[in-house]
Amino acid sequence: MKYIDEYRDEHLVQALAAQIARKITRSWSLMEICGGQTHTIMRYGLDELLPEGIRLVHGPGCPVCVTPLETVDQAIAIASLPGVTFVSYGDMLRVPGTSLDLLRVKADGGDVRMVYSPMEALKLARARPDRKVVFFGIGFETTAPANAMAVWQARRENLDHFSMLASHVLVPPAIRLLLGGPHNQVQGFIAPGHVCTIMGYRQYEAISRDFHVPIVVGGFEPVDLLEAVFMLVAQLEEGRAEVENQYVRSVSYEGNLPAQRLVESVFEVSDRKWRGMGVIPQSGLRLREEFAAYDAERVFPASHLTVAEPPECISADVLQGLKRPTECPVFGGRCTPENPMGALMVSAEGACAAYYRYRRHSAQSAKQKGAA
Amino acid sequence: MCLAVPGRILEAEEYDGSRIAKVQFGGITRPVLLNFVPEAQVGDYVVVHVGFAISRLDAAEAERTFQLLEEMGLLEGELAGSEGPP
Ligand code: SF4
Repeated sequence: MKYIDEYRDEHLVQALAAQIARKITRSWSLMEICGGQTHTIMRYGLDELLPEGIRLVHGPGCPVCVTPLETVDQAIAIASLPGVTFVSYGDMLRVPGTSLDLLRVKADGGDVRMVYSPMEALKLARARPDRKVVFFGIGFETTAPANAMAVWQARRENLDHFSMLASHVLVPPAIRLLLGGPHNQVQGFIAPGHVCTIMGYRQYEAISRDFHVPIVVGGFEPVDLLEAVFMLVAQLEEGRAEVENQYVRSVSYEGNLPAQRLVESVFEVSDRKWRGMGVIPQSGLRLREEFAAYDAERVFPASHLTVAEPPECISADVLQGLKRPTECPVFGGRCTPENPMGALMVSAEGACAAYYRYRRHSAQSAKQKGAA
Repeated sequence: MCLAVPGRILEAEEYDGSRIAKVQFGGITRPVLLNFVPEAQVGDYVVVHVGFAISRLDAAEAERTFQLLEEMGLLEGELAGSEGPP
Protein backbone atom coordinates (compact mmCIF):
# COMPACT_ATOMS: atom_id res chain seq x y z
CA MET A 1 0.00 0.00 0.00
CA LYS A 2 1.32 3.43 -1.00
CA TYR A 3 2.56 5.65 1.87
CA ILE A 4 3.02 2.57 4.03
CA ASP A 5 5.24 -0.06 2.43
CA GLU A 6 8.00 2.28 1.31
CA TYR A 7 8.22 3.67 4.85
CA ARG A 8 8.87 0.16 6.15
CA ASP A 9 11.67 -0.55 3.70
CA GLU A 10 14.29 -2.56 5.53
CA HIS A 11 17.25 -1.34 3.53
CA LEU A 12 16.32 2.26 4.25
CA VAL A 13 15.77 1.51 7.93
CA GLN A 14 19.22 -0.05 8.20
CA ALA A 15 20.80 2.82 6.28
CA LEU A 16 19.23 5.39 8.59
CA ALA A 17 20.36 3.51 11.70
CA ALA A 18 23.90 3.43 10.31
CA GLN A 19 23.80 7.18 9.57
CA ILE A 20 22.72 7.85 13.13
CA ALA A 21 25.53 5.68 14.48
CA ARG A 22 28.01 7.61 12.37
CA LYS A 23 26.67 10.95 13.56
CA ILE A 24 26.76 10.51 17.33
CA THR A 25 29.80 11.37 19.42
CA ARG A 26 28.09 10.95 22.83
CA SER A 27 24.85 9.59 24.26
CA TRP A 28 21.47 11.29 24.00
CA SER A 29 18.04 10.70 25.59
CA LEU A 30 15.12 11.32 23.26
CA MET A 31 11.42 11.09 24.00
CA GLU A 32 8.61 10.19 21.66
CA ILE A 33 5.35 11.51 23.06
CA CYS A 34 2.83 9.53 21.12
CA GLY A 35 1.81 5.99 22.02
CA GLY A 36 1.38 5.15 18.33
CA GLN A 37 5.07 5.90 17.87
CA THR A 38 5.99 3.86 20.96
CA HIS A 39 4.10 0.97 19.40
CA THR A 40 6.03 1.23 16.10
CA ILE A 41 9.37 1.46 17.94
CA MET A 42 8.63 -1.73 19.89
CA ARG A 43 7.03 -3.61 17.03
CA TYR A 44 9.93 -3.07 14.63
CA GLY A 45 12.60 -3.23 17.34
CA LEU A 46 13.88 0.23 16.39
CA ASP A 47 15.26 0.72 19.90
CA GLU A 48 17.46 -2.33 19.42
CA LEU A 49 18.57 -1.18 15.98
CA LEU A 50 19.81 2.18 17.18
CA PRO A 51 23.36 2.64 18.44
CA GLU A 52 23.78 2.23 22.18
CA GLY A 53 24.21 5.92 22.78
CA ILE A 54 20.60 6.65 21.83
CA ARG A 55 18.11 6.13 24.64
CA LEU A 56 14.46 6.31 23.62
CA VAL A 57 12.14 7.31 26.44
CA HIS A 58 8.40 6.80 26.05
CA GLY A 59 6.17 9.72 26.92
CA PRO A 60 2.59 10.11 28.14
CA GLY A 61 1.07 9.99 24.67
CA CYS A 62 -1.81 7.60 25.00
CA PRO A 63 -5.14 9.26 25.77
CA VAL A 64 -6.57 6.04 27.17
CA CYS A 65 -3.65 5.80 29.58
CA VAL A 66 -3.83 9.34 30.91
CA THR A 67 -7.59 9.49 31.46
CA PRO A 68 -7.82 9.89 35.25
CA LEU A 69 -9.31 7.19 37.44
CA GLU A 70 -12.03 9.61 38.61
CA THR A 71 -13.22 10.03 35.03
CA VAL A 72 -13.25 6.28 34.45
CA ASP A 73 -15.30 5.87 37.65
CA GLN A 74 -17.63 8.63 36.51
CA ALA A 75 -18.08 6.87 33.16
CA ILE A 76 -18.87 3.62 34.96
CA ALA A 77 -21.40 5.39 37.21
CA ILE A 78 -23.18 6.96 34.22
CA ALA A 79 -23.11 3.72 32.21
CA SER A 80 -24.76 1.91 35.13
CA LEU A 81 -27.76 4.26 35.21
CA PRO A 82 -31.07 2.89 33.89
CA GLY A 83 -32.07 4.35 30.52
CA VAL A 84 -28.48 5.17 29.52
CA THR A 85 -26.77 3.84 26.41
CA PHE A 86 -23.05 4.40 26.99
CA VAL A 87 -20.86 4.60 23.89
CA SER A 88 -17.09 4.49 23.85
CA TYR A 89 -13.99 3.81 21.78
CA GLY A 90 -13.06 0.17 22.32
CA ASP A 91 -9.84 0.66 24.31
CA MET A 92 -11.63 2.54 27.04
CA LEU A 93 -13.94 -0.36 27.92
CA ARG A 94 -11.21 -2.37 29.61
CA VAL A 95 -9.57 0.40 31.61
CA PRO A 96 -9.92 -0.55 35.27
CA GLY A 97 -11.81 1.91 37.46
CA THR A 98 -11.56 1.75 41.24
CA SER A 99 -13.59 -1.44 41.49
CA LEU A 100 -14.76 -2.42 38.00
CA ASP A 101 -14.53 -1.57 34.31
CA LEU A 102 -17.07 -0.76 31.59
CA LEU A 103 -17.02 -4.30 30.24
CA ARG A 104 -18.17 -5.51 33.65
CA VAL A 105 -21.05 -3.01 33.54
CA LYS A 106 -21.99 -4.45 30.16
CA ALA A 107 -21.77 -8.03 31.42
CA ASP A 108 -24.08 -7.04 34.29
CA GLY A 109 -26.72 -5.91 31.81
CA GLY A 110 -25.71 -2.30 31.17
CA ASP A 111 -26.11 -0.97 27.62
CA VAL A 112 -22.47 -0.30 26.77
CA ARG A 113 -21.44 -0.07 23.12
CA MET A 114 -18.14 0.16 21.34
CA VAL A 115 -17.74 2.40 18.29
CA TYR A 116 -15.02 3.28 15.86
CA SER A 117 -16.18 6.87 15.22
CA PRO A 118 -18.13 9.42 17.31
CA MET A 119 -20.53 9.73 14.39
CA GLU A 120 -21.71 6.18 15.13
CA ALA A 121 -22.70 7.34 18.61
CA LEU A 122 -24.72 10.07 16.94
CA LYS A 123 -26.36 7.53 14.67
CA LEU A 124 -27.36 5.53 17.74
CA ALA A 125 -28.86 8.65 19.28
CA ARG A 126 -30.92 9.30 16.14
CA ALA A 127 -32.23 5.75 16.21
CA ARG A 128 -33.01 5.66 19.95
CA PRO A 129 -34.76 8.85 21.10
CA ASP A 130 -36.02 6.86 24.11
CA ARG A 131 -32.50 6.40 25.52
CA LYS A 132 -29.99 8.84 26.97
CA VAL A 133 -27.01 8.29 24.70
CA VAL A 134 -23.70 9.26 26.30
CA PHE A 135 -20.46 9.27 24.33
CA PHE A 136 -17.11 8.98 26.13
CA GLY A 137 -15.14 11.66 24.27
CA ILE A 138 -11.50 11.10 25.05
CA GLY A 139 -8.42 11.96 23.04
CA PHE A 140 -5.64 14.34 22.21
CA GLU A 141 -5.79 17.18 19.68
CA THR A 142 -6.03 14.53 16.94
CA THR A 143 -9.45 13.32 18.09
CA ALA A 144 -10.88 16.63 19.30
CA PRO A 145 -12.21 17.74 15.87
CA ALA A 146 -14.14 14.48 15.37
CA ASN A 147 -15.60 14.60 18.87
CA ALA A 148 -16.42 18.29 18.44
CA MET A 149 -18.25 17.46 15.22
CA ALA A 150 -20.48 14.96 17.02
CA VAL A 151 -21.56 17.56 19.60
CA TRP A 152 -21.96 20.27 16.97
CA GLN A 153 -24.11 18.00 14.86
CA ALA A 154 -26.18 16.89 17.88
CA ARG A 155 -27.07 20.51 18.64
CA ARG A 156 -27.88 21.21 14.99
CA GLU A 157 -30.32 18.28 15.01
CA ASN A 158 -31.64 19.03 18.51
CA LEU A 159 -30.68 15.59 19.77
CA ASP A 160 -31.18 16.62 23.38
CA HIS A 161 -30.82 13.08 24.68
CA PHE A 162 -27.22 12.93 23.38
CA SER A 163 -24.34 14.08 25.56
CA MET A 164 -20.58 13.71 25.78
CA LEU A 165 -18.37 12.92 28.75
CA ALA A 166 -15.36 14.92 27.57
CA SER A 167 -11.86 14.05 28.73
CA HIS A 168 -9.61 15.82 26.26
CA VAL A 169 -5.93 16.49 26.82
CA LEU A 170 -3.42 18.73 25.06
CA VAL A 171 0.19 17.78 24.37
CA PRO A 172 2.26 21.01 24.69
CA PRO A 173 1.48 21.67 28.40
CA ALA A 174 2.56 18.11 29.25
CA ILE A 175 5.86 18.55 27.39
CA ARG A 176 6.46 21.75 29.34
CA LEU A 177 5.78 19.96 32.61
CA LEU A 178 8.19 17.14 31.76
CA LEU A 179 10.95 19.50 30.63
CA GLY A 180 10.57 21.67 33.72
CA GLY A 181 10.61 18.68 36.09
CA PRO A 182 13.54 18.24 38.47
CA HIS A 183 14.34 14.76 37.13
CA ASN A 184 14.13 15.55 33.47
CA GLN A 185 16.70 13.75 31.34
CA VAL A 186 15.09 14.24 27.96
CA GLN A 187 17.25 16.21 25.53
CA GLY A 188 15.15 16.04 22.38
CA PHE A 189 11.52 15.39 21.48
CA ILE A 190 9.74 13.66 18.65
CA ALA A 191 6.48 15.61 18.46
CA PRO A 192 3.35 13.61 17.63
CA GLY A 193 2.65 13.79 13.89
CA HIS A 194 -1.10 13.41 14.02
CA VAL A 195 -1.58 15.94 16.82
CA CYS A 196 0.46 18.34 14.64
CA THR A 197 -1.54 17.41 11.55
CA ILE A 198 -4.43 19.15 13.32
CA MET A 199 -2.58 21.85 15.27
CA GLY A 200 0.46 22.58 13.11
CA TYR A 201 3.71 23.13 15.00
CA ARG A 202 3.71 26.80 15.90
CA GLN A 203 3.12 25.97 19.60
CA TYR A 204 6.29 23.88 19.74
CA GLU A 205 8.54 26.77 18.74
CA ALA A 206 8.10 28.51 22.09
CA ILE A 207 8.84 25.25 23.94
CA SER A 208 11.98 24.69 21.92
CA ARG A 209 13.12 28.25 22.65
CA ASP A 210 12.20 28.30 26.36
CA PHE A 211 13.94 25.02 27.18
CA HIS A 212 16.58 25.10 24.43
CA VAL A 213 15.48 21.67 23.25
CA PRO A 214 15.27 20.37 19.68
CA ILE A 215 11.85 19.12 18.58
CA VAL A 216 11.14 17.18 15.38
CA VAL A 217 7.59 16.47 14.24
CA GLY A 218 7.64 12.78 13.33
CA GLY A 219 5.46 10.28 11.51
CA PHE A 220 4.54 6.75 12.52
CA GLU A 221 6.34 4.31 10.24
CA PRO A 222 9.83 2.95 10.97
CA VAL A 223 11.51 5.15 8.35
CA ASP A 224 9.70 8.21 9.73
CA LEU A 225 10.84 7.57 13.27
CA LEU A 226 14.45 6.86 12.36
CA GLU A 227 14.58 9.94 10.17
CA ALA A 228 13.20 11.97 13.08
CA VAL A 229 15.86 10.52 15.41
CA PHE A 230 18.51 11.35 12.81
CA MET A 231 17.27 14.95 12.58
CA LEU A 232 17.28 15.28 16.39
CA VAL A 233 20.75 13.83 16.70
CA ALA A 234 22.04 16.18 14.01
CA GLN A 235 20.63 19.17 15.91
CA LEU A 236 22.02 17.99 19.25
CA GLU A 237 25.47 17.26 17.86
CA GLU A 238 25.53 20.68 16.19
CA GLY A 239 24.25 22.46 19.30
CA ARG A 240 21.02 23.61 17.61
CA ALA A 241 17.57 23.64 19.22
CA GLU A 242 14.89 24.20 16.59
CA VAL A 243 11.55 22.82 15.52
CA GLU A 244 11.80 20.76 12.35
CA ASN A 245 9.19 18.76 10.48
CA GLN A 246 9.94 15.24 9.33
CA TYR A 247 6.29 14.36 8.60
CA VAL A 248 5.89 16.90 5.79
CA ARG A 249 3.53 14.74 3.79
CA SER A 250 0.82 15.26 6.42
CA VAL A 251 1.83 18.20 8.63
CA SER A 252 1.89 21.87 7.67
CA TYR A 253 3.06 24.77 9.82
CA GLU A 254 -0.48 26.05 10.35
CA GLY A 255 -2.13 22.64 10.71
CA ASN A 256 -5.69 21.90 9.69
CA LEU A 257 -7.57 25.18 9.97
CA PRO A 258 -11.15 23.95 9.45
CA ALA A 259 -10.59 21.37 12.19
CA GLN A 260 -9.08 23.95 14.55
CA ARG A 261 -12.02 26.31 13.98
CA LEU A 262 -14.56 23.66 14.89
CA VAL A 263 -12.67 22.61 18.02
CA GLU A 264 -12.44 26.26 19.03
CA SER A 265 -16.18 26.80 18.69
CA VAL A 266 -17.18 23.71 20.69
CA PHE A 267 -14.43 23.44 23.33
CA GLU A 268 -12.49 25.77 25.60
CA VAL A 269 -9.11 25.20 27.24
CA SER A 270 -9.22 24.20 30.91
CA ASP A 271 -7.06 22.66 33.63
CA ARG A 272 -7.09 18.88 33.48
CA LYS A 273 -5.94 15.99 35.60
CA TRP A 274 -3.74 13.39 33.88
CA ARG A 275 -3.59 9.88 35.25
CA GLY A 276 -0.22 9.47 36.90
CA MET A 277 0.77 13.10 36.45
CA GLY A 278 -1.74 15.14 38.44
CA VAL A 279 -3.47 18.36 37.39
CA ILE A 280 -1.68 20.18 34.58
CA PRO A 281 -2.85 23.78 34.12
CA GLN A 282 -4.53 24.59 30.79
CA SER A 283 -3.88 21.09 29.50
CA GLY A 284 -7.39 19.98 28.58
CA LEU A 285 -10.51 20.88 26.67
CA ARG A 286 -14.03 21.11 28.08
CA LEU A 287 -17.31 21.87 26.37
CA ARG A 288 -18.22 25.54 26.15
CA GLU A 289 -21.15 26.94 28.13
CA GLU A 290 -23.40 27.05 25.03
CA PHE A 291 -23.06 23.29 24.77
CA ALA A 292 -23.88 22.67 28.46
CA ALA A 293 -26.98 20.66 27.50
CA TYR A 294 -24.69 18.19 25.70
CA ASP A 295 -22.12 17.97 28.49
CA ALA A 296 -22.52 14.68 30.38
CA GLU A 297 -20.68 16.12 33.37
CA ARG A 298 -23.51 18.64 33.81
CA VAL A 299 -26.33 16.35 32.72
CA PHE A 300 -25.29 13.65 35.20
CA PRO A 301 -23.68 15.53 38.07
CA ALA A 302 -21.50 13.22 40.14
CA SER A 303 -19.77 13.95 43.39
CA HIS A 304 -16.13 14.46 42.57
CA LEU A 305 -14.12 12.08 44.63
CA THR A 306 -10.40 11.68 44.54
CA VAL A 307 -9.38 8.09 44.27
CA ALA A 308 -6.04 6.41 44.71
CA GLU A 309 -4.18 4.36 42.09
CA PRO A 310 -3.25 0.77 42.98
CA PRO A 311 -0.06 1.14 45.08
CA GLU A 312 2.04 -1.27 42.99
CA CYS A 313 1.49 0.66 39.75
CA ILE A 314 4.48 2.82 38.84
CA SER A 315 2.69 4.34 35.85
CA ALA A 316 3.44 7.87 37.07
CA ASP A 317 7.17 7.28 36.62
CA VAL A 318 6.70 5.37 33.37
CA LEU A 319 4.57 8.18 31.92
CA GLN A 320 7.28 10.69 32.72
CA GLY A 321 10.01 8.58 31.20
CA LEU A 322 11.73 8.00 34.56
CA LYS A 323 11.26 4.22 34.66
CA ARG A 324 10.71 1.45 32.15
CA PRO A 325 7.63 -0.78 32.40
CA THR A 326 9.86 -3.79 33.11
CA GLU A 327 10.95 -2.12 36.35
CA CYS A 328 7.40 -2.45 37.73
CA PRO A 329 7.20 -5.28 40.32
CA VAL A 330 3.92 -6.65 38.93
CA PHE A 331 4.72 -6.24 35.18
CA GLY A 332 3.88 -9.46 33.34
CA GLY A 333 2.99 -11.12 36.63
CA ARG A 334 -0.12 -9.78 38.26
CA CYS A 335 -0.45 -7.07 35.60
CA THR A 336 -1.03 -8.32 32.04
CA PRO A 337 -3.18 -7.13 29.10
CA GLU A 338 -5.81 -9.73 30.12
CA ASN A 339 -5.80 -8.48 33.70
CA PRO A 340 -4.55 -4.92 33.63
CA MET A 341 -3.90 -3.19 36.95
CA GLY A 342 -2.98 0.10 35.38
CA ALA A 343 -4.15 1.91 32.25
CA LEU A 344 -0.73 1.61 30.60
CA MET A 345 -1.36 -2.10 30.22
CA VAL A 346 -4.74 -1.66 28.51
CA SER A 347 -4.32 0.22 25.28
CA ALA A 348 -2.02 -1.23 22.62
CA GLU A 349 -0.35 2.17 22.68
CA GLY A 350 0.34 2.09 26.41
CA ALA A 351 4.03 1.62 27.14
CA CYS A 352 3.42 -1.38 29.45
CA ALA A 353 1.27 -3.18 26.87
CA ALA A 354 3.82 -2.51 24.12
CA TYR A 355 6.62 -3.91 26.29
CA TYR A 356 4.49 -6.88 27.25
CA ARG A 357 3.74 -7.68 23.65
CA TYR A 358 7.19 -7.19 22.14
CA ARG A 359 9.77 -7.24 24.95
CA ARG A 360 8.42 -9.63 27.59
CA HIS A 361 10.73 -12.45 26.61
CA SER A 362 13.88 -10.38 26.41
CA ALA A 363 13.02 -8.90 29.83
CA GLN A 364 12.60 -12.40 31.26
CA SER A 365 15.84 -13.72 29.84
CA ALA A 366 17.64 -10.63 31.16
CA LYS A 367 16.21 -11.35 34.60
CA GLN A 368 17.31 -14.98 34.38
CA LYS A 369 20.78 -13.93 33.32
CA GLY A 370 20.89 -11.53 36.25
CA ALA A 371 19.83 -14.29 38.64
CA ALA A 372 22.33 -16.79 37.31
CA MET B 1 -6.35 5.38 19.96
CA CYS B 2 -4.49 8.10 18.09
CA LEU B 3 -4.06 5.66 15.29
CA ALA B 4 -4.55 7.35 11.94
CA VAL B 5 -3.95 5.55 8.67
CA PRO B 6 -3.55 6.58 5.03
CA GLY B 7 -6.11 5.48 2.47
CA ARG B 8 -7.13 6.38 -1.08
CA ILE B 9 -10.39 8.11 -1.97
CA LEU B 10 -12.32 5.96 -4.44
CA GLU B 11 -15.44 8.12 -4.66
CA ALA B 12 -17.04 11.02 -2.80
CA GLU B 13 -20.59 12.32 -2.54
CA GLU B 14 -22.45 15.14 -0.85
CA TYR B 15 -24.83 14.18 1.93
CA ASP B 16 -26.68 16.59 4.23
CA GLY B 17 -24.01 19.29 4.03
CA SER B 18 -21.07 16.90 4.47
CA ARG B 19 -18.91 15.14 1.90
CA ILE B 20 -18.62 11.44 2.50
CA ALA B 21 -15.94 9.42 0.72
CA LYS B 22 -15.40 5.77 0.14
CA VAL B 23 -11.78 5.24 1.16
CA GLN B 24 -9.67 2.20 0.44
CA PHE B 25 -7.22 0.91 3.06
CA GLY B 26 -5.32 -2.07 1.72
CA GLY B 27 -8.03 -4.62 1.07
CA ILE B 28 -10.98 -2.93 2.77
CA THR B 29 -13.03 0.21 2.17
CA ARG B 30 -14.75 2.42 4.73
CA PRO B 31 -16.89 5.55 4.67
CA VAL B 32 -14.92 8.63 5.69
CA LEU B 33 -16.10 12.19 6.31
CA LEU B 34 -14.23 14.90 4.41
CA ASN B 35 -15.40 17.94 6.43
CA PHE B 36 -11.85 18.81 7.50
CA VAL B 37 -10.21 18.38 4.10
CA PRO B 38 -12.58 20.17 1.70
CA GLU B 39 -9.82 20.25 -0.94
CA ALA B 40 -9.51 16.44 -1.17
CA GLN B 41 -10.49 14.85 -4.48
CA VAL B 42 -11.09 11.35 -5.77
CA GLY B 43 -7.72 9.64 -6.22
CA ASP B 44 -6.07 11.57 -3.36
CA TYR B 45 -4.60 9.84 -0.33
CA VAL B 46 -5.90 11.05 3.02
CA VAL B 47 -4.93 10.26 6.62
CA VAL B 48 -8.01 8.97 8.44
CA HIS B 49 -8.71 9.06 12.17
CA VAL B 50 -11.96 7.89 13.85
CA GLY B 51 -13.92 8.20 10.62
CA PHE B 52 -12.63 11.62 9.56
CA ALA B 53 -9.93 12.56 7.07
CA ILE B 54 -7.50 14.85 8.92
CA SER B 55 -5.07 15.62 6.10
CA ARG B 56 -4.57 15.16 2.41
CA LEU B 57 -1.17 13.57 1.85
CA ASP B 58 1.13 15.78 -0.15
CA ALA B 59 2.46 13.58 -2.94
CA ALA B 60 5.12 16.06 -4.06
CA GLU B 61 6.53 16.45 -0.54
CA ALA B 62 6.50 12.71 0.04
CA GLU B 63 8.31 12.17 -3.24
CA ARG B 64 10.96 14.76 -2.42
CA THR B 65 11.68 13.41 1.09
CA PHE B 66 11.77 9.93 -0.25
CA GLN B 67 14.30 10.71 -2.92
CA LEU B 68 16.55 12.28 -0.31
CA LEU B 69 16.21 9.22 1.86
CA GLU B 70 16.92 6.85 -0.97
CA GLU B 71 20.04 8.74 -1.92
CA MET B 72 21.09 8.42 1.69
CA GLY B 73 20.36 4.68 1.53
CA LEU B 74 22.38 4.27 -1.66
CA LEU B 75 25.25 6.23 -0.21
CA GLU B 76 25.11 4.07 2.87
CA GLY B 77 25.24 0.94 0.70
CA GLU B 78 28.40 2.20 -0.99
CA LEU B 79 30.00 3.14 2.30
CA ALA B 80 29.12 -0.20 3.82
CA GLY B 81 30.60 -1.87 0.73
CA SER B 82 33.85 0.07 0.96
CA GLU B 83 34.20 -0.63 4.68
CA GLY B 84 33.50 -4.33 4.37
CA PRO B 85 36.06 -7.02 3.61
CA PRO B 86 37.36 -7.00 0.01
S1 SF4 C 1 2.93 -3.01 34.56
FE1 SF4 C 1 0.78 -2.59 35.20
S2 SF4 C 1 0.93 -2.02 37.37
FE2 SF4 C 1 3.02 -1.87 36.51
S3 SF4 C 1 3.23 0.28 35.82
FE3 SF4 C 1 2.48 -0.86 34.05
S4 SF4 C 1 0.24 -0.67 34.18
FE4 SF4 C 1 1.02 -0.10 36.23
